[in-house]
Amino acid sequence: MRLHFEKISHQYDDVEVLSDISFATSEGEIITIIGPSGCGKSTLLRLAGGLEIARSGKVLQSGKLPQGSLNPLTYIFQDFALLPWRTVRGNISLVLEDHRLSKTQRDEIIDDVLSRTSLGEFANAWPRQLSGGMKQRVAIARALSVTPAVMLMDEPLSALDAQTRAILMDDLVSLWTREKFSALYVTHNLDEAVRLGHRIVVLSRRPGRIREIVSIDISIDERDNYPLEMTQYRNQLWELMRDEALAADRELVHG
Amino acid sequence: MVDRINAPVKFRGGGFAPKKIRFTGLIVFAVLIAFWEFGSRTGFISALVLPAPSEAFAAFMELARSGMLVKHLSASLQRVLIGWSLGASLGVLAGISIGLFSLARSGLLPLVSALFPVPKIALLPLFVIWFGIGEGSKVATILFGTFFPTIIATYSGIDNIDRSLIRMGQSFGMSWISIVRKIIIPGAMPAILSGFRISASIAIILLVAAEMIGAEYGIGAYILLAGSLMQTDQLIAGVAILSLMGLAFAWVIGRAEKILLAWR
Ligand SMILES: Nc1ncnc2c1ncn2[C@@H]1O[C@H](COP(=O)(O)OP(=O)(O)O)[C@@H](O)[C@H]1O
Ligand SMILES: [Mg+2]
Repeated sequence: MRLHFEKISHQYDDVEVLSDISFATSEGEIITIIGPSGCGKSTLLRLAGGLEIARSGKVLQSGKLPQGSLNPLTYIFQDFALLPWRTVRGNISLVLEDHRLSKTQRDEIIDDVLSRTSLGEFANAWPRQLSGGMKQRVAIARALSVTPAVMLMDEPLSALDAQTRAILMDDLVSLWTREKFSALYVTHNLDEAVRLGHRIVVLSRRPGRIREIVSIDISIDERDNYPLEMTQYRNQLWELMRDEALAADRELVHG
Repeated sequence: MVDRINAPVKFRGGGFAPKKIRFTGLIVFAVLIAFWEFGSRTGFISALVLPAPSEAFAAFMELARSGMLVKHLSASLQRVLIGWSLGASLGVLAGISIGLFSLARSGLLPLVSALFPVPKIALLPLFVIWFGIGEGSKVATILFGTFFPTIIATYSGIDNIDRSLIRMGQSFGMSWISIVRKIIIPGAMPAILSGFRISASIAIILLVAAEMIGAEYGIGAYILLAGSLMQTDQLIAGVAILSLMGLAFAWVIGRAEKILLAWR
């Protein structure tokens, strides 16, 4: 399935947040969206998954759903959003319980996603017992359990320390290598954007507009082998972002 | 200035973390009662002012032997349990509606704010007219007294639920009723249970007040009678029964918290 953004603009009250955003995802592609904080990245993602409606423009879907997809547009949140009163298993079960699945089918799905994310031994742990990295793995497992067509990831690694972030980035790379999932991946971290994005949408400061879309032609799982090229991409993006980031930093916070 | 080398850095952390020391509470109780008994025996505490604990205990044993304890206690427990469970469950329902629906919030919240601070004892005469001098008015007093604090505990518990959890539920396509059942109610449960703690003690206060009007049986009636006859030993025995009742309720709610909030 593909998601098409067509001339999306959005305001909150009289604050213009997004302006004239148009692009489309492709199957099996990770698009990273990068921009200074407050430029409307989270808003764009909420519009993408139907949690909010754009003031103007449309988000359209096209193409076939993956087989057995229960929730085509599935989020992974920065703060994990796990229910503290449910175990790891229970948190995954939660999003399956509203679907017509037998208990056995549900258990099969849960066991499957837990093993795909190497979480088997944590199945009965409470969220409070897990580190941040583990919590986000659970959230990823929960997202996989509903077989999404496009994953909507809002700064999924931003709440984690640098080491954990590096480990989870590796996990995501190997997950993509195995499963070729499609994703919109919002981040303000240049390294994540360059490491995980097939295409990188660079937004300007608020109101967010597309400054440029940069394609990286090196396959995600081979990027470690091309340090020179990756550094060039990184520098190119930093050039694009630096002025925006500087200007955004010096702006007064609204409201 | 420290010019001597090797001067150890002075420790200034620690403290501000009171811990529970086992049996201390029990010992304080025992010492206090022993001192009281000793005071009464030596005449240092006049029997007119305060009867000895042993006398109060004797009054309690007498009450138990005569079979009146069961009558008083069952009358009181019945009132408290009916009044409190009705007040608490209606309060939870009203609190959930206020927590979920704009209409309920706009319509009921001002009413709740206006009626919550009214001491329900002041309404007792009115309840007697409405519900009769018998059980009705007593149960109604407890019901109303526990209803409002439960509403407030419940809706503020719902208000404080992490919005991102609700958004998560919506983003996975969970139905409205599932979100309420699996996210909102468990999320408000800690607040609801601590509301129960408060409303249980309010229920005991109101029980005694209500039983002081036209009740034949009940711990409150027993205390009132003892007081008017200056039977202070019986009065102390009655008060001790109330205190035990309160402790028992707190224990039950504590158990419920242990079970329902095991995830914390
Ligand atoms: N629900 C809302 N109501 C009003 N303003 C909002 C709301 N959500 C976001 N904003 C504002 O919109 C702008 C963009 O927010 P957001 O999309 O969260 O930015 P980003 O994720 O890029 O940091 C910010 O200035 C923020 O204050
Ligand atoms: Mg954001």
